[in-house]
Amino acid sequence: MIEVEGIYYSYPSKVEALRGVSLNIKDGEFVAIMGQNGAGKSTLVKHFNGLLKPSVGTVTVDGIKTVKSSVATLARNVGFVFQNPDHQLFSETVEEEIGFALKNFGFDVKVIEERITWSLELLSLSQYRKTSPFLLSGGERKRVALASVLACDPKMLVLDEPTIGQDYEQKEKLRQFIMQLQSQGKTVIAVTHDVEFVAECNPRVVLMKEGKIVADGQGHQILTDPAMLEAASIVLPQIAQVFTKLSALGLSKDIINIDEAKRVLLKAMEKHKR
Amino acid sequence: MSIFDGLKFRKVNSLIHNLDPRIKFVYVIGVFIAALLFLQIIPLLALFVIQLPFVFLARVQQQWLRSLRGAAFLAAFIFLINIATNFFGGGYTLTPSNIEGAAAMTLRFVVLVESFSVFFLTTSPDHLGLALEQSRVPYEFAFAFTAAVRFVPVLAEEAQTIMDAQKARGLELEKGNLLKRIRNYIPILIPLIVSAIRRSLELAEAMESRAWGACKKRTNLYSLQLHKGDYALIGITATILVSAIYAYFFVSIPTIVNLLS
Repeated sequence: MIEVEGIYYSYPSKVEALRGVSLNIKDGEFVAIMGQNGAGKSTLVKHFNGLLKPSVGTVTVDGIKTVKSSVATLARNVGFVFQNPDHQLFSETVEEEIGFALKNFGFDVKVIEERITWSLELLSLSQYRKTSPFLLSGGERKRVALASVLACDPKMLVLDEPTIGQDYEQKEKLRQFIMQLQSQGKTVIAVTHDVEFVAECNPRVVLMKEGKIVADGQGHQILTDPAMLEAASIVLPQIAQVFTKLSALGLSKDIINIDEAKRVLLKAMEKHKR
Repeated sequence: MSIFDGLKFRKVNSLIHNLDPRIKFVYVIGVFIAALLFLQIIPLLALFVIQLPFVFLARVQQQWLRSLRGAAFLAAFIFLINIATNFFGGGYTLTPSNIEGAAAMTLRFVVLVESFSVFFLTTSPDHLGLALEQSRVPYEFAFAFTAAVRFVPVLAEEAQTIMDAQKARGLELEKGNLLKRIRNYIPILIPLIVSAIRRSLELAEAMESRAWGACKKRTNLYSLQLHKGDYALIGITATILVSAIYAYFFVSIPTIVNLLS
């Protein structure tokens, strides 16, 4: 459970990145935080594991105020996968890379070994166990970074731009993976620009603009509101665009993913046949 | 990092900013030599004061103060080391002139920081590259130098991101004994170096795809020319140097201790 109460944050360069943000994220929720560059998305999520502390207001994670605890303590519960995997890979083998956080958190050698095997399998990286992470492709490096965080089995997971540099197949795998995490009761928070990805997942969407939250609701409500999206410089998902253009047919407009679109269209066609 | 802040160029239109960087560099070297000639407080203090008008004319007081504040730690260190060597080397006693010597040594450092700070605060990396080129430094070196200067802030930002990423994986930089603390920086340094190398390879490709080095002889859109102000600065530098050398050989400079007694 993450509770954010009226936080403001200014960077040392005096840029005010957050201007009064309040937000509650319940356990097991999947939240996509969207908005254009500089809207404050990354700044907001860096408050969840204590990398940043609010200038005004409070952030409470599982009942603990972040101001009072260190990143290392909070990171135990809140896993954070950064956008660029090259900002964290440093070990000689993938195995050591994944073991790094586990060692920092003081896990037993045996447990570390088990967790490494488990997370490698989870992200289909087992064949690279002894490979240097620097020899892997971009997408694979990204998965190693993800594995290194997942190995700690955090209750909450923050993903910063998880779909950047991933091909469609990998994105689909990532989506299924997030669903799987959710079914285990994990909280997943993704910062992303990827409208199509969000549309397909249909999570709770928090829309940010100029350091404030401008909309908060389920994906199919937020992502089908052209006026709101335009204000936040986001384009409608393609499927929503089709349904907006077909609105004369009397179809419902808040359709954003493929399965839902198929269902609605088939129903309409059947009605037409009769 | 505040010492770097004090060296960061910001575009301001002032008399000092418009001076020719080559001449400014000669001036810095002039002050440098003058500062190395003396180990007495009075001439060093004079050198310190002489440069203040430059700071105010360039309107960079704030950044300049920040660079001095950044250097304060090192200055204090120099002062203490000097005091300590005098104390332990001189039979466990301290004379007033010992203290004055240490203070002079520190002041010399401050003067050097002051002049370099004025130079870097008022000279854009582009100008610096141009100056190197026109001083017949091969273009490859001049370019490498300006590129390096330009990438310092980028690398600083990247280092911060890497630190955040590793902290999020439970790395505690301030934990453990000295050796452990140094080892703590390995997870920061390796990604930083790897990404710097990667970036340099990308930069090389981008440059080559824009025909870098296609012609032996390059032309420049701008070229540096000396103006009135530059000649004035040459005059000022020469005056400082000549009077410093004169004072060094022909004037016996009183120390503060002498003056007081």
